[in-house]
Amino acid sequence: MTTGNAAALARLVRLPAFVPWAVLVGLTVFSWWLGDGHGPVEFAAVAVLIVAFFKVSVVGAHFMELRHAPLALRLIFNAWCAVVCVALIVLYLAV
Amino acid sequence: MTATRPPNIAHKPVVPGVVPSRTRGHVPGEVGVWIFILGDMVVFAWFFIVFMHQRAQRANVFNEAHKSLNLTLGGLNTLLLLTGSWFVVMALHALRANNQRTGKRLIVVAIVCGLGFVINKLLEYHEKIVTGHPHEQADFFMFYFVLTGIHLVHLLIGLAVLTLMWRVAGKPVLGQRQFRTLEAGASFWHLVDLLWLVLFALFYLVSG
Repeated sequence: MTTGNAAALARLVRLPAFVPWAVLVGLTVFSWWLGDGHGPVEFAAVAVLIVAFFKVSVVGAHFMELRHAPLALRLIFNAWCAVVCVALIVLYLAV
Repeated sequence: MTATRPPNIAHKPVVPGVVPSRTRGHVPGEVGVWIFILGDMVVFAWFFIVFMHQRAQRANVFNEAHKSLNLTLGGLNTLLLLTGSWFVVMALHALRANNQRTGKRLIVVAIVCGLGFVINKLLEYHEKIVTGHPHEQADFFMFYFVLTGIHLVHLLIGLAVLTLMWRVAGKPVLGQRQFRTLEAGASFWHLVDLLWLVLFALFYLVSG
Protein backbone atom coordinates (compact mmCIF):
# COMPACT_ATOMS: atom_id res chain seq x y z
CA MET A 1 0.00 0.00 0.00
CA THR A 2 1.39 3.41 -0.94
CA THR A 3 1.72 6.21 1.61
CA GLY A 4 -1.11 8.06 -0.12
CA ASN A 5 -3.44 5.09 0.18
CA ALA A 6 -2.52 4.58 3.83
CA ALA A 7 -3.21 8.24 4.57
CA ALA A 8 -6.57 8.05 2.77
CA LEU A 9 -7.48 4.93 4.75
CA ALA A 10 -6.46 6.61 8.02
CA ARG A 11 -8.69 9.60 7.15
CA LEU A 12 -11.60 7.25 6.37
CA VAL A 13 -11.24 5.37 9.67
CA ARG A 14 -11.22 8.67 11.57
CA LEU A 15 -14.64 9.67 10.12
CA PRO A 16 -17.41 9.66 12.75
CA ALA A 17 -18.97 6.21 13.16
CA PHE A 18 -16.90 4.71 10.33
CA VAL A 19 -16.01 1.60 12.32
CA PRO A 20 -19.64 0.77 13.33
CA TRP A 21 -20.72 1.34 9.71
CA ALA A 22 -17.97 -0.97 8.40
CA VAL A 23 -18.93 -3.62 10.98
CA LEU A 24 -22.61 -3.35 9.94
CA VAL A 25 -21.72 -3.69 6.25
CA GLY A 26 -19.42 -6.65 6.98
CA LEU A 27 -22.13 -8.41 9.01
CA THR A 28 -24.70 -7.72 6.27
CA VAL A 29 -22.46 -9.32 3.66
CA PHE A 30 -21.84 -12.28 5.99
CA SER A 31 -25.55 -12.85 6.65
CA TRP A 32 -26.29 -12.34 2.92
CA TRP A 33 -23.80 -15.18 2.22
CA LEU A 34 -25.38 -17.38 4.92
CA GLY A 35 -28.88 -16.67 3.61
CA ASP A 36 -27.78 -17.57 0.08
CA GLY A 37 -27.64 -21.26 0.96
CA HIS A 38 -24.19 -21.52 2.56
CA GLY A 39 -23.71 -23.52 5.73
CA PRO A 40 -26.17 -25.92 7.39
CA VAL A 41 -29.67 -24.43 6.92
CA GLU A 42 -30.79 -24.36 10.57
CA PHE A 43 -27.46 -23.04 11.80
CA ALA A 44 -27.52 -20.37 9.07
CA ALA A 45 -31.05 -19.23 9.98
CA VAL A 46 -30.30 -18.92 13.71
CA ALA A 47 -27.00 -17.16 12.96
CA VAL A 48 -28.80 -14.77 10.57
CA LEU A 49 -31.30 -13.84 13.31
CA ILE A 50 -28.60 -13.32 15.95
CA VAL A 51 -26.54 -11.21 13.52
CA ALA A 52 -29.63 -9.13 12.59
CA PHE A 53 -30.40 -8.21 16.21
CA PHE A 54 -26.74 -7.60 16.99
CA LYS A 55 -26.76 -5.16 14.05
CA VAL A 56 -29.86 -3.49 15.53
CA SER A 57 -28.04 -3.01 18.84
CA VAL A 58 -25.03 -1.52 17.00
CA VAL A 59 -27.35 0.91 15.20
CA GLY A 60 -28.86 1.83 18.58
CA ALA A 61 -25.56 2.33 20.38
CA HIS A 62 -23.55 4.10 17.68
CA PHE A 63 -26.01 5.66 15.23
CA MET A 64 -28.82 6.55 17.64
CA GLU A 65 -26.21 7.58 20.22
CA LEU A 66 -27.74 5.39 22.91
CA ARG A 67 -24.29 4.71 24.38
CA HIS A 68 -24.48 8.30 25.69
CA ALA A 69 -28.13 7.91 26.77
CA PRO A 70 -29.53 7.18 30.26
CA LEU A 71 -29.13 3.58 31.39
CA ALA A 72 -32.91 2.97 31.42
CA LEU A 73 -33.25 3.80 27.72
CA ARG A 74 -30.26 1.62 26.81
CA LEU A 75 -31.66 -1.26 28.85
CA ILE A 76 -35.13 -1.03 27.26
CA PHE A 77 -33.65 -0.93 23.76
CA ASN A 78 -31.29 -3.85 24.30
CA ALA A 79 -33.98 -5.85 26.13
CA TRP A 80 -36.17 -5.44 23.03
CA CYS A 81 -33.35 -6.85 20.88
CA ALA A 82 -32.76 -9.81 23.20
CA VAL A 83 -36.43 -10.71 23.80
CA VAL A 84 -37.54 -10.44 20.15
CA CYS A 85 -34.45 -12.30 18.92
CA VAL A 86 -35.00 -15.20 21.35
CA ALA A 87 -38.75 -15.32 20.55
CA LEU A 88 -38.06 -15.53 16.80
CA ILE A 89 -35.38 -18.22 17.23
CA VAL A 90 -37.71 -20.29 19.44
CA LEU A 91 -40.53 -19.98 16.87
CA TYR A 92 -38.11 -20.92 14.08
CA LEU A 93 -36.86 -24.01 15.90
CA ALA A 94 -40.42 -25.00 16.88
CA VAL A 95 -41.14 -26.17 13.31
CA MET B 1 -16.96 33.45 54.34
CA THR B 2 -16.39 32.61 50.75
CA ALA B 3 -17.20 29.23 49.36
CA THR B 4 -16.62 28.13 45.82
CA ARG B 5 -19.77 26.68 44.44
CA PRO B 6 -19.40 23.79 42.04
CA PRO B 7 -20.50 24.73 38.54
CA ASN B 8 -24.18 24.00 38.17
CA ILE B 9 -24.72 22.40 34.78
CA ALA B 10 -28.48 22.95 34.93
CA HIS B 11 -28.03 26.72 35.01
CA LYS B 12 -25.33 26.85 32.39
CA PRO B 13 -26.24 29.58 29.90
CA VAL B 14 -27.10 28.45 26.41
CA VAL B 15 -24.57 29.69 23.93
CA PRO B 16 -25.99 29.74 20.42
CA GLY B 17 -24.12 27.39 18.14
CA VAL B 18 -22.47 25.58 21.04
CA VAL B 19 -24.49 22.56 21.99
CA PRO B 20 -23.47 20.55 25.04
CA SER B 21 -24.76 17.35 23.53
CA ARG B 22 -23.60 13.73 23.64
CA THR B 23 -22.84 13.97 27.32
CA ARG B 24 -23.55 10.97 29.53
CA GLY B 25 -27.26 10.59 30.22
CA HIS B 26 -28.38 12.62 27.21
CA VAL B 27 -31.61 11.45 25.54
CA PRO B 28 -31.15 11.95 21.77
CA GLY B 29 -33.86 14.36 20.60
CA GLU B 30 -36.46 14.28 23.34
CA VAL B 31 -38.32 11.78 25.51
CA GLY B 32 -41.55 12.03 23.46
CA VAL B 33 -39.79 10.88 20.30
CA TRP B 34 -38.39 7.90 22.14
CA ILE B 35 -41.83 6.92 23.42
CA PHE B 36 -42.95 6.89 19.78
CA ILE B 37 -39.86 4.97 18.61
CA LEU B 38 -40.13 2.32 21.32
CA GLY B 39 -43.89 2.02 20.73
CA ASP B 40 -43.28 1.48 17.03
CA MET B 41 -40.64 -1.12 17.85
CA VAL B 42 -43.14 -3.00 20.02
CA VAL B 43 -45.72 -2.98 17.20
CA PHE B 44 -43.13 -4.30 14.73
CA ALA B 45 -41.97 -6.92 17.25
CA TRP B 46 -45.54 -8.20 17.22
CA PHE B 47 -45.54 -8.28 13.39
CA PHE B 48 -42.26 -10.23 13.39
CA ILE B 49 -43.57 -12.74 15.93
CA VAL B 50 -46.89 -13.25 14.11
CA PHE B 51 -44.98 -13.80 10.84
CA MET B 52 -42.62 -16.33 12.43
CA HIS B 53 -45.56 -18.08 14.11
CA GLN B 54 -47.37 -18.42 10.76
CA ARG B 55 -44.13 -19.57 9.15
CA ALA B 56 -43.88 -22.35 11.74
CA GLN B 57 -47.32 -23.65 10.65
CA ARG B 58 -46.36 -23.91 6.95
CA ALA B 59 -42.57 -23.83 6.82
CA ASN B 60 -42.30 -25.61 3.45
CA VAL B 61 -44.65 -23.20 1.66
CA PHE B 62 -42.96 -20.15 3.25
CA ASN B 63 -39.53 -21.51 2.25
CA GLU B 64 -40.54 -21.94 -1.37
CA ALA B 65 -42.04 -18.44 -1.46
CA HIS B 66 -38.98 -16.89 0.18
CA LYS B 67 -36.73 -18.35 -2.52
CA SER B 68 -38.57 -16.36 -5.18
CA LEU B 69 -37.61 -13.01 -3.59
CA ASN B 70 -34.76 -11.05 -5.16
CA LEU B 71 -31.95 -11.42 -2.58
CA THR B 72 -29.67 -9.02 -4.46
CA LEU B 73 -32.21 -6.18 -4.31
CA GLY B 74 -32.90 -6.90 -0.63
CA GLY B 75 -29.19 -6.90 0.20
CA LEU B 76 -28.56 -3.71 -1.79
CA ASN B 77 -31.41 -2.00 0.03
CA THR B 78 -29.88 -2.98 3.39
CA LEU B 79 -26.53 -1.48 2.35
CA LEU B 80 -28.29 1.68 1.12
CA LEU B 81 -30.09 2.20 4.44
CA LEU B 82 -26.98 1.50 6.53
CA THR B 83 -24.97 3.96 4.44
CA GLY B 84 -27.75 6.58 4.57
CA SER B 85 -27.83 6.22 8.35
CA TRP B 86 -24.07 6.65 8.54
CA PHE B 87 -24.31 9.87 6.52
CA VAL B 88 -26.93 11.18 8.95
CA VAL B 89 -24.52 10.46 11.83
CA MET B 90 -21.75 12.34 10.00
CA ALA B 91 -24.15 15.20 9.21
CA LEU B 92 -25.03 15.63 12.89
CA HIS B 93 -21.34 15.53 13.74
CA ALA B 94 -20.58 18.26 11.18
CA LEU B 95 -23.47 20.41 12.41
CA ARG B 96 -22.27 20.11 16.02
CA ALA B 97 -18.90 21.35 14.82
CA ASN B 98 -20.71 24.35 13.27
CA ASN B 99 -19.98 23.10 9.76
CA GLN B 100 -23.44 23.72 8.31
CA ARG B 101 -22.50 23.46 4.63
CA THR B 102 -21.03 19.98 5.06
CA GLY B 103 -23.88 18.96 7.34
CA LYS B 104 -26.47 19.89 4.71
CA ARG B 105 -24.57 18.06 1.96
CA LEU B 106 -24.34 14.91 4.06
CA ILE B 107 -28.10 15.02 4.68
CA VAL B 108 -28.62 15.24 0.91
CA VAL B 109 -26.53 12.07 0.43
CA ALA B 110 -28.70 10.32 3.04
CA ILE B 111 -31.83 11.44 1.13
CA VAL B 112 -30.34 10.02 -2.10
CA CYS B 113 -29.73 6.67 -0.33
CA GLY B 114 -33.37 6.70 0.84
CA LEU B 115 -34.61 7.45 -2.68
CA GLY B 116 -32.45 4.60 -3.99
CA PHE B 117 -34.21 2.29 -1.54
CA VAL B 118 -37.64 3.46 -2.77
CA ILE B 119 -36.71 2.88 -6.43
CA ASN B 120 -35.32 -0.59 -5.63
CA LYS B 121 -38.43 -1.50 -3.65
CA LEU B 122 -40.77 -0.35 -6.42
CA LEU B 123 -38.76 -2.40 -8.95
CA GLU B 124 -39.06 -5.39 -6.67
CA TYR B 125 -42.82 -4.91 -6.13
CA HIS B 126 -43.26 -4.56 -9.90
CA GLU B 127 -41.27 -7.74 -10.56
CA LYS B 128 -43.32 -9.67 -7.99
CA ILE B 129 -46.68 -8.39 -9.23
CA VAL B 130 -45.82 -9.12 -12.89
CA THR B 131 -44.50 -12.65 -12.28
CA GLY B 132 -47.20 -13.51 -9.73
CA HIS B 133 -47.02 -16.42 -7.30
CA PRO B 134 -48.76 -19.77 -6.73
CA HIS B 135 -52.02 -19.59 -4.80
CA GLU B 136 -50.71 -21.51 -1.76
CA GLN B 137 -48.00 -18.86 -1.24
CA ALA B 138 -50.62 -16.11 -0.78
CA ASP B 139 -50.07 -15.90 2.99
CA PHE B 140 -46.32 -15.36 2.68
CA PHE B 141 -46.81 -12.60 0.12
CA MET B 142 -49.59 -11.00 2.17
CA PHE B 143 -47.05 -10.65 5.01
CA TYR B 144 -44.35 -9.55 2.59
CA PHE B 145 -46.40 -6.77 0.99
CA VAL B 146 -48.07 -5.55 4.20
CA LEU B 147 -44.92 -5.47 6.38
CA THR B 148 -42.55 -4.08 3.76
CA GLY B 149 -45.36 -1.69 2.72
CA ILE B 150 -45.76 -0.35 6.28
CA HIS B 151 -41.98 -0.03 6.42
CA LEU B 152 -41.96 1.82 3.10
CA VAL B 153 -44.49 4.31 4.51
CA HIS B 154 -42.11 4.84 7.46
CA LEU B 155 -39.30 5.40 4.98
CA LEU B 156 -41.28 8.00 3.02
CA ILE B 157 -42.06 9.82 6.29
CA GLY B 158 -38.33 9.51 7.07
CA LEU B 159 -37.49 11.21 3.77
CA ALA B 160 -39.81 14.10 4.72
CA VAL B 161 -38.07 14.23 8.13
CA LEU B 162 -34.64 14.36 6.44
CA THR B 163 -35.87 17.21 4.24
CA LEU B 164 -37.02 19.07 7.38
CA MET B 165 -33.60 18.40 8.95
CA TRP B 166 -31.93 19.83 5.83
CA ARG B 167 -33.99 23.01 6.22
CA VAL B 168 -33.24 23.27 9.96
CA ALA B 169 -29.53 22.73 9.25
CA GLY B 170 -29.63 25.81 7.04
CA LYS B 171 -30.79 28.18 9.84
CA PRO B 172 -28.37 31.02 10.56
CA VAL B 173 -27.76 29.88 14.14
CA LEU B 174 -28.22 26.38 15.50
CA GLY B 175 -29.26 26.33 19.15
CA GLN B 176 -30.55 23.65 21.50
CA ARG B 177 -34.03 23.74 19.98
CA GLN B 178 -32.67 23.07 16.48
CA PHE B 179 -30.45 20.27 17.75
CA ARG B 180 -33.39 18.65 19.51
CA THR B 181 -35.20 18.58 16.15
CA LEU B 182 -32.11 17.31 14.33
CA GLU B 183 -31.44 14.55 16.86
CA ALA B 184 -35.10 13.48 16.93
CA GLY B 185 -35.17 13.36 13.11
CA ALA B 186 -31.93 11.37 13.00
CA SER B 187 -33.28 8.88 15.58
CA PHE B 188 -36.42 8.36 13.45
CA TRP B 189 -34.29 7.73 10.35
CA HIS B 190 -32.22 5.15 12.25
CA LEU B 191 -35.48 3.49 13.38
CA VAL B 192 -36.41 3.02 9.70
CA ASP B 193 -32.98 1.45 9.20
CA LEU B 194 -33.13 -0.96 12.15
CA LEU B 195 -36.66 -2.20 11.34
CA TRP B 196 -35.45 -3.05 7.84
CA LEU B 197 -32.49 -5.01 9.25
CA VAL B 198 -34.96 -7.44 10.85
CA LEU B 199 -37.34 -7.52 7.85
CA PHE B 200 -34.38 -8.33 5.57
CA ALA B 201 -33.40 -11.26 7.79
CA LEU B 202 -36.97 -12.60 8.13
CA PHE B 203 -38.07 -12.40 4.49
CA TYR B 204 -34.85 -12.79 2.50
CA LEU B 205 -32.40 -14.75 4.63
CA VAL B 206 -34.15 -17.17 7.01
CA SER B 207 -34.70 -20.51 5.32
CA GLY B 208 -35.02 -24.17 6.22
